[in-house]
Amino acid sequence: MNLVDKQTVQSSMTKRLVKNRLANSLFFLAAAFGIVVLAILLYRIYSEGMGYLDWNFLTSFASRFPEEAGIKAAIVGSLWLMAVTAPVSLLLGVGTAIYLEEYAKENKVTRFIRMNISNLAGVPSVVFGLLGLTVFVRLMEMGRSIMAGGLTMSLLILPIIVVSSQEAIRAIPKEQYEASFAMGATRWQTVLRVVLPAAIPGILTGGILALSRAIGETAPLLMIGALSFIAYLPENVWSGFTVLPIQIFNWTGRPQEEFHLVASSGIIVLLIVLLLMNSIAVLIRNKFSK
Amino acid sequence: MEVNVKNMIKQKETNRFFLRFTEKAAPVFFLLCAAISVLTTIGIILTLLVETTAFFSRVSFWEFISGTEWWPFGENPTYGVLPLIAGTMLITAIAMMVALPIGLASAIFLSEFASEQTRKIVKPVLEVLAGIPTIVYGFFALTFVTPVLNTFIQDLPVFNALSPGIVVGVMVIPMVASLSEDALRSVPNSMREAALAMGSTRLEVAMKVVLPAALSGIIASFVLGISRAIGETMIVAVAAGSTPKLTWDVTESIQTMTGYIVQVSLGDASYGSTAYYSIYAVGMTLFIFTFMMNILSQYISRRFKEDY
Repeated sequence: MNLVDKQTVQSSMTKRLVKNRLANSLFFLAAAFGIVVLAILLYRIYSEGMGYLDWNFLTSFASRFPEEAGIKAAIVGSLWLMAVTAPVSLLLGVGTAIYLEEYAKENKVTRFIRMNISNLAGVPSVVFGLLGLTVFVRLMEMGRSIMAGGLTMSLLILPIIVVSSQEAIRAIPKEQYEASFAMGATRWQTVLRVVLPAAIPGILTGGILALSRAIGETAPLLMIGALSFIAYLPENVWSGFTVLPIQIFNWTGRPQEEFHLVASSGIIVLLIVLLLMNSIAVLIRNKFSK
Repeated sequence: MEVNVKNMIKQKETNRFFLRFTEKAAPVFFLLCAAISVLTTIGIILTLLVETTAFFSRVSFWEFISGTEWWPFGENPTYGVLPLIAGTMLITAIAMMVALPIGLASAIFLSEFASEQTRKIVKPVLEVLAGIPTIVYGFFALTFVTPVLNTFIQDLPVFNALSPGIVVGVMVIPMVASLSEDALRSVPNSMREAALAMGSTRLEVAMKVVLPAALSGIIASFVLGISRAIGETMIVAVAAGSTPKLTWDVTESIQTMTGYIVQVSLGDASYGSTAYYSIYAVGMTLFIFTFMMNILSQYISRRFKEDY
């Protein structure tokens, strides 16, 4: 007597294998979808934007005429914004990470701070814009300035920097602490001379990635009232300003087809900036991971 | 060489005061840094509460949450938030129809099917996709996706819910994919090996063993994706239009909560007007929605976490 009917096994086996094959290609298509979208997006922007992208575009101010429109004020504005956001967010972020990893005792307060940071990461960026508008622009009377924008952005990317700095600190081997303490170093000396030097590559990598998020962020700066049409360069942190994404948003919103091409050129500039920042981050990571 | 020990001791003495001071001051400084993040949350909640209260002193709470018309400009302003919520839900629903299946399928592919070389190509591409600024996606929705959809759907208006919905979905894919993949990969290999040894195909291993084991992490990633789509701003501000409507028709122009906040901040309302305060009431609603989603996601991944 046959317990196993070969015929049935054979037919069901083929079916299962075919299903497996089919699923494999379906899942592959899903994963390839992202690649295809990215390719289309980049190709579209490249083919539309290259026409307006020349030296003039980089060195002129915004204009009512698409041929004369430039992105100078936006580039300089983005740099100014980074000059405020980078030091503030890195100082606060790394400080928070050091506190959580080196000093905090495992108690309710610490758990609350941790939970708070992970929740803050999920707050939509417009809500940060509302916070910046009320607290920095109105309450602290900073006006629609680079300072107000930079501080708002710092708070927005703070959770990202905290988390990446925490990971960098946690990756330091225990032996290094023990060696430092064994030599009679205090906690602070250990933090300053052992922990920070060892964690700096990781902190920088995470920091640059967080800043590249801030460079591309539009909504909070629209909220605090960054201008979209300025024909001067900011003089100090209290000046009004515009940034790359806001300039792009402004051009995108215009009905004339030509301005969409100008917007594409702006996007190329923005993407190149992001690419540069990410390459630096990857370089740092690769240099120090050995 | 003569070493002046007395001097060294003296110097040490003055240094010690400084040392002791920094030793004590450092943790205080770091605690202050950590306190800023807590202050940020308090600031957000206080800002929203205070300004929303100002709004509700002019508009009744009941009108706000049950009104079916949102038209804050003009002679007879009406403040019923339901159309904005409906717009947000519509965009989110379309986005999730794109992001959840494709994101999860990508995650299964990366974790269960792909070879190491394929992973090395697909993973970075997803990271790049996640790093593209949302304004670029918005531009893409308006100038590419809408015209393409227009060739399939007759008389599709320039501003519609479908195109930004799809693009928000594309934007969320990398997040869902990478979080789901983390969940799938945390399932121990011994379980896969056991199933394979019993003669399962890879598909059966993925669907009947790995997926159920990683379900909590996957659902948590879905919920986070929803939260992200609800809060997405620039894509909808650029491509969805600015006509709040209580509709389920995806080809119509609508407005989301985030889209309205941007519209007002672009200068359609003066400081102190009811329309100005209304962005805080809408912001509060938005904050509550995303906050609940984030809490839910944390709860799911903690409560239903399976340890192996």
